[in-house]
Amino acid sequence: MSRAMQSRLRAALGAGLAVVAAVLCGAALWNAWAADGVVTGRVGDRLTYPSPLEMLFSPDGARLYVLCNDSDEVRVLNASTYAEIKKIAVGHKPRGFTLSPDGKRLFVTNSWDDTLSVIDTGLLEVAATWPEGAEPSSVVEDREGKRLFVANRISNDVAVLNAQTGAEEKRLAAGRGASYMTFSPDGRRLYVTHVYPNLTEHRTAPESEMTVIDTARAVVVDRIPQHGIAGVFHVAISADGRLGVAAELHPKNLVPLAHLEHGGAFEDTLTLFGADVGNRTVEIPLDELERYVARPFGVAISPDKSRMYVTSGGSEIVTVIDVRRLLNYVRTHRAPFVQDLSASANYVVARVAVGRDPRGMAFTPDGHSVLVANRLSDTISVIDTRTNRVASTIQIAGPKQLSVLRYGEQTFYTARYSFQGQIGCANCHIDSTFDGLEWDLEPDGFGRNIVDNRLIEDLKGTDPYKWNGGNPNLPTECGPRTELYFWRSENYDDLTLTDLVTYMRSLESRPNRWKLPGYELTAAQERGKEIFERKVDKFGQPIALKNRCNYCHSGLKGTDQKSFDVGTKRATDDYSLIDTPQLRSIALTAPYLHDGSAATLEEIWTIYNPEDKHGRTNDLTKDELNDLIEYLRTR
Amino acid sequence: MMKCAWNRFAMLLTSSLLGVSALVFAAPPAMPHYRFENFTTANGLPNNHVYSVLVDGDRIWAGTDDGLALYENHHWKTFTTKDGLAHRAVLSLALDKRTGDVWAGTMGGLSRISGGRIDSYTQLNSGLSNDVVYGVSIDGEDVWVATAAGGSRLNLRTGQWALYNERNTPMVEIWVYGVAATPTKVYYAVWGSGVLEYDQKTKVWDHYGDPDGENEIVLFKDQGLIHEITSSVSYVDNVLWVSTYFGDSRYDGRYWHNFLTKDSGLPSDFTNNVKGVDANRAWFCTDKGLAYYDGTNWAVYRPSLTTGKPEMMVRDAQGHVTEVPVTTAPAHNYVNNIDFQGEDIWVATSKGLSHGILQR
Repeated sequence: MSRAMQSRLRAALGAGLAVVAAVLCGAALWNAWAADGVVTGRVGDRLTYPSPLEMLFSPDGARLYVLCNDSDEVRVLNASTYAEIKKIAVGHKPRGFTLSPDGKRLFVTNSWDDTLSVIDTGLLEVAATWPEGAEPSSVVEDREGKRLFVANRISNDVAVLNAQTGAEEKRLAAGRGASYMTFSPDGRRLYVTHVYPNLTEHRTAPESEMTVIDTARAVVVDRIPQHGIAGVFHVAISADGRLGVAAELHPKNLVPLAHLEHGGAFEDTLTLFGADVGNRTVEIPLDELERYVARPFGVAISPDKSRMYVTSGGSEIVTVIDVRRLLNYVRTHRAPFVQDLSASANYVVARVAVGRDPRGMAFTPDGHSVLVANRLSDTISVIDTRTNRVASTIQIAGPKQLSVLRYGEQTFYTARYSFQGQIGCANCHIDSTFDGLEWDLEPDGFGRNIVDNRLIEDLKGTDPYKWNGGNPNLPTECGPRTELYFWRSENYDDLTLTDLVTYMRSLESRPNRWKLPGYELTAAQERGKEIFERKVDKFGQPIALKNRCNYCHSGLKGTDQKSFDVGTKRATDDYSLIDTPQLRSIALTAPYLHDGSAATLEEIWTIYNPEDKHGRTNDLTKDELNDLIEYLRTR
Repeated sequence: MMKCAWNRFAMLLTSSLLGVSALVFAAPPAMPHYRFENFTTANGLPNNHVYSVLVDGDRIWAGTDDGLALYENHHWKTFTTKDGLAHRAVLSLALDKRTGDVWAGTMGGLSRISGGRIDSYTQLNSGLSNDVVYGVSIDGEDVWVATAAGGSRLNLRTGQWALYNERNTPMVEIWVYGVAATPTKVYYAVWGSGVLEYDQKTKVWDHYGDPDGENEIVLFKDQGLIHEITSSVSYVDNVLWVSTYFGDSRYDGRYWHNFLTKDSGLPSDFTNNVKGVDANRAWFCTDKGLAYYDGTNWAVYRPSLTTGKPEMMVRDAQGHVTEVPVTTAPAHNYVNNIDFQGEDIWVATSKGLSHGILQR
């Protein structure tokens, strides 16, 4: 071989290696980007991801149970190797689970099926499925194994069940959006938190509560007020029972959201309660200047009470708090602390980056690690509690590819697009729903053009958007408008915006609990439907076309997609024409009207329709109005 | 012969005198004897006009003209409209024994007190038929309400309101004063329209009216309900007790028995409230004192109508009335409501709340 040929061969080999290297590097880089969801290459298929939400270790520490929210499963893993042992199919949209004290049964709340799956942990099979309340979200069993308590998000109550038969004993009135629970260590008290605030006077600060249940008598004995808070998630109590903590959102919905650059949207906080803080409630901030901890969700206190861990779905981190320093700070400083962005530096010792939308946590039996379920990464981060670093990441088996919908969902739940990472879509649309609040969104002065937050399910075909119909389509609503008024930050790239909109259009309407199983109407609903569709009033006078309920609220979704003046303009509004809102799941979304001034459906007509501009209703008797409302609840 | 006849006469006379003295000096029937402790604004009650009282274990709720008062651990606490109460005047109270929640019917709506939180339902913000809520009663998941514009029922599970009025029941008037809900029957006391009965199983309404119409006369005793102007109902042990402003009635499903001052121990025909203890015993809250009927005998507890001094009168089956010496009495003659705490009674009057402590 000539030197020239050798040279050419070397060159060719080198080039080939370079190409291979480039391909390999490119693939690695692509995978990395894809995993981070930054570049294109997302598939259009509707893929089912596991979406781990919550985790539990078996009492013997041998197994790890992982609740998978999207694949409707419980995954059973070997707790040492994290190898998958079994997938157990449960109901639709499982949201919470608990082990019986003896570890023999695993109860799973299926939030969209309104059922409870009872898993025999010996057989790893569903042994029974019990009917439940509206959107059961978490479940716990008392120490005696006699009663189950189930928090129902839509019916706003806690159902008390016979733990052996599933028979419902009663339901206790909780707050709005009852979702998460924990026992006091002695099992005598049960603390319930709520993802929505209780209804309050229009344009007043939100009020939430922590419902306290006496487990022996199964009655509500206290409601711990949480002033200014809307959206409370996990709650935990230290092993000695002296310190309780709940993760929550503290919205600033009374001032314009346009003040985001001034830290004006949300405080991300914890509520402390119990003897360690003088048996009062103390709200402490997690945020610090220019560094926010968006959407606190999961909270756990280490067995020795030295550390507190908080997951933040929007910021995609776990905040580690030194409990001794925290208590010292609280005891030596004067409340309120919530708006002090310098406070958290006194007790936050680490912020650990984890996966997408981190949710529930679980300590390993030895307490050396805390596991974090990264819902939108399909991973579990294992944080070494001694170093506060992610020691390993466990992949939950699922689709390898990132779909458009998944990327859109990740975009929806992250806070990375907003100024300083303060908020994301899911701040106000909790679990892709709503937040029960009225907001001052636009930079048009304080208290002007107040708008009620709307449910975003089943949006397809309901354009235009905004209460004044000002945005012709979702890309405008979620793109320029969101960027300008909400994020105060960078624009989405086109594909990201497209994926976000695609995700939002994919959100289905949840099952309607006011409909009978066969979708036939009750007598009252039938009467209400006749009123909804009537053309003549009770005096025999024809009702003008625009004054009939089903003229504007027409079609399957109850909107003709046009704007009307229904007499609801306030002195603080710049416009009188209101986009006809769709009626889907209207029973869930109080308050009502464009500015949320009607606390209930009844008030739309008993208070805010004096001139029959919002439909001809003033000829109706009270029982007829009740019938109309019964029908509307079925929409 | 004469001596023998005299002896027989003497024996007859003696036995007759003994018999008469036995009648005259016989001890009255043993009726419950109470020591009354009275609560007024002087010792913590927010207002002396007490419309309603409810015993909730060791806690006592008093519906007053100026808020809902709670007596617990020897202290009074008052809930007002600032706490979310629908109206300051609390006319009626009911306990949901399953959940421990208290329901209050007010002059401005219906309120639920649950774990310290008060939720109020009005005719504007809910399906409640009228804001003047005279009566409330709980059966399972249903809250039955008596209002000035018919009856209402709230199903706590579905949130659905059902209204009952002249359009869907045999109700002539719609001024509903009282309600008693049980798993089998629900009764409404309708002012001017007698009593309405709802069968929970068949879902059929029935009506009981005064056979004499709205006349203040009774042509045939025990023919039916004593009067159309009813003020309350109580249903216990399958027996219906009804109070009216013109006497009271007991109905066992087949026979009516009526009580009037002229032929019973009732101190007045004007009765605000009746509460059955069981099928035979009941308490009557009248404008002239509190009356207890044990199925045979009557006892009346009140400050004397003339002297104001504590008074207890017992009437036996033969109609003999005996005054029993007492040192205490309910706070006032005008009695609105009563509830039981074991063997004790709590009495709502227009001049204070009274705790009747049973004396042995």
